[in-house]
Amino acid sequence: MIVEKIFNKWILVFLFLIPVLGFIFEEPYYITLTTKVVILGIAGIGLNLALGYCGLISFGHAAFFGLGGYVTGILSFHALNSELMFSWPFVTSGSSEMLVIWPIVILSSAFLALIIGLLSLRTTGVYFIMITLAFAQMLYFFAISWPNYGGEDGLSIYMRNSLPMINTMDPLTFYLICLCWLLIVIFISAKLINSSFGMAFQAIKQNEERVKSVGIETFKVKLLVFVISGIITGLAGSLYTDLNRFISPSVLNWQMSGEIMVFVILGGIARLYGPLVGAAFFIVLEQTLGGYTENWQFWLGLILILEILYVRTGILSLFEKKLKYEK
Amino acid sequence: MTSILFFEQLLNGIQFGTMLFLMSAGLTLIFGVMGLINLAHGSFYMIGAFSAALIAGLTGSFWLALLASLSGAAIAGVLIEILIIRRLYRRDHLDQVLATFALILLLSEGVRWCFGAFPLYLDIPENLNGTLPILDDIIYSKYRLFIIFMGLLIATGLYILITKTRLGVRIRAGQNDRQMISALGVDISKLYTIVFALGASLAGLAGAMIGAIQSVEVGMGEPILILAFVVIVIGGIGSIKGALIGSILVGVTDTIGRIFLPELLKIFMEPANATSVGSSIGSMLIYILMALILIIKPSGLFGKT
Repeated sequence: MIVEKIFNKWILVFLFLIPVLGFIFEEPYYITLTTKVVILGIAGIGLNLALGYCGLISFGHAAFFGLGGYVTGILSFHALNSELMFSWPFVTSGSSEMLVIWPIVILSSAFLALIIGLLSLRTTGVYFIMITLAFAQMLYFFAISWPNYGGEDGLSIYMRNSLPMINTMDPLTFYLICLCWLLIVIFISAKLINSSFGMAFQAIKQNEERVKSVGIETFKVKLLVFVISGIITGLAGSLYTDLNRFISPSVLNWQMSGEIMVFVILGGIARLYGPLVGAAFFIVLEQTLGGYTENWQFWLGLILILEILYVRTGILSLFEKKLKYEK
Repeated sequence: MTSILFFEQLLNGIQFGTMLFLMSAGLTLIFGVMGLINLAHGSFYMIGAFSAALIAGLTGSFWLALLASLSGAAIAGVLIEILIIRRLYRRDHLDQVLATFALILLLSEGVRWCFGAFPLYLDIPENLNGTLPILDDIIYSKYRLFIIFMGLLIATGLYILITKTRLGVRIRAGQNDRQMISALGVDISKLYTIVFALGASLAGLAGAMIGAIQSVEVGMGEPILILAFVVIVIGGIGSIKGALIGSILVGVTDTIGRIFLPELLKIFMEPANATSVGSSIGSMLIYILMALILIIKPSGLFGKT
């Protein structure tokens, strides 16, 4: 475990160094790529809370990622058009201020997670997996068939949303904003995991009946974890829209849910930095294999299957084993 | 006019439902007997369609193509079961989901490699082309009637297989108690391979028959896979009867909803808005149906509690 902690520190140092290097060698592309890793890592950390620590296998986290993305896209679309969003029941206009967008993203993701959670947490096991998948698919089809915001073609926003006094269009600045969010999310997750609430939801993963018998209302605990998890993934979606200045229904697709899940598993389930490492591995794989062959997903699939059949515990576990060996 | 349209759409819904049944019967059997969630089931749908398109291209015969879809998907099913799936039965659901997700990537890219990214087309045979008058003034596509007929035929066949044959007895016994039937001397791993191949071949057949109406392309399996999930969640996982009723329910709701919801909304909305709102909600209707059924019965209509 100690080796893993040292490794985690190096990850952070590395994250701070990469864009600086990219800046010095004038390769903004690598900054954008690292930004993508950080954002996808945040999405994975969100899912990891529910899936890794609480055992809620959600196959529909693309719903939150996409919702965060669409809320951001729609708000800034209206701000740029200077059209009203609603004139009823109250007058609302769009906004391109990140400080306005983020709270709205948090609220709407929380609301969606609450509804999906209330319905799907009534079930367990395979039912839960399929229902979360189905809800995400429902949003996906809604996004495709709703013509106002681009439908299947997606929605472009021409300017990245802004923060006061800061030029967010600069890749390095935007990267640092995402990195701040990553640190906040890691900090909150760590606090949560070690709190008494965290003990409760980790115990639910091991034996829900026992937790019930101690007098904890497991449904409420699970619902709360699910909502927090949804909020974090939603925020990642918001940053992702700002990164690409584009949002399309493809981020709501089941494949996105699968990919977020892959980040968590590849890095190591129920490990704080696991999803980040998983996302980094995924992007590196995409960039290197994608350079050699169009069919890089074939190799991704092969690596994943081998990982699940033979390694089973993710990349970060390799650092844990070393310690046992040293003993 | 509307009643004719309604009847036609009802038949379309039933036709869609019977194809969903072919997919979900396999899924629910595989889950019931082996306890495996198979996300890659949609890939067998695709493999079946591609096998059919390949054989139809070589021989020109639609019937040989249908046979190829059954056997192509079954062979792929046996290979994949022996190489990969077999190792997953004892794992938890998370490992199963991920491994079969990875299998989708593998199989989709593999097929794209072999056949290229362009969609293939499968022709409907001459004698099933055209329409057939049913009742006074309702005419309906012969091919779609053929699909409904095939679906019903296979549903009956499955019913006889499960209730009347020795294999069926073993499958039912496997659903109830896996350890016990292997203790009684049934070769359980062979049984698992047979059930998996059966499920795969049904999915393959569905892929070929739908491939003739739509196109045969990579990624065609996943949308219908997710609908099949909705079906078995509604019907109750592991229940073939549930899969049949769930499929028809989902097929009809989806088809009718998409057509009539916009019309219904036009009564109290502007036509332009009604069309867009109606089609958006229409595409969500089956998921709403699923949510409603789960509120009433969390383990589906025919699921074990």
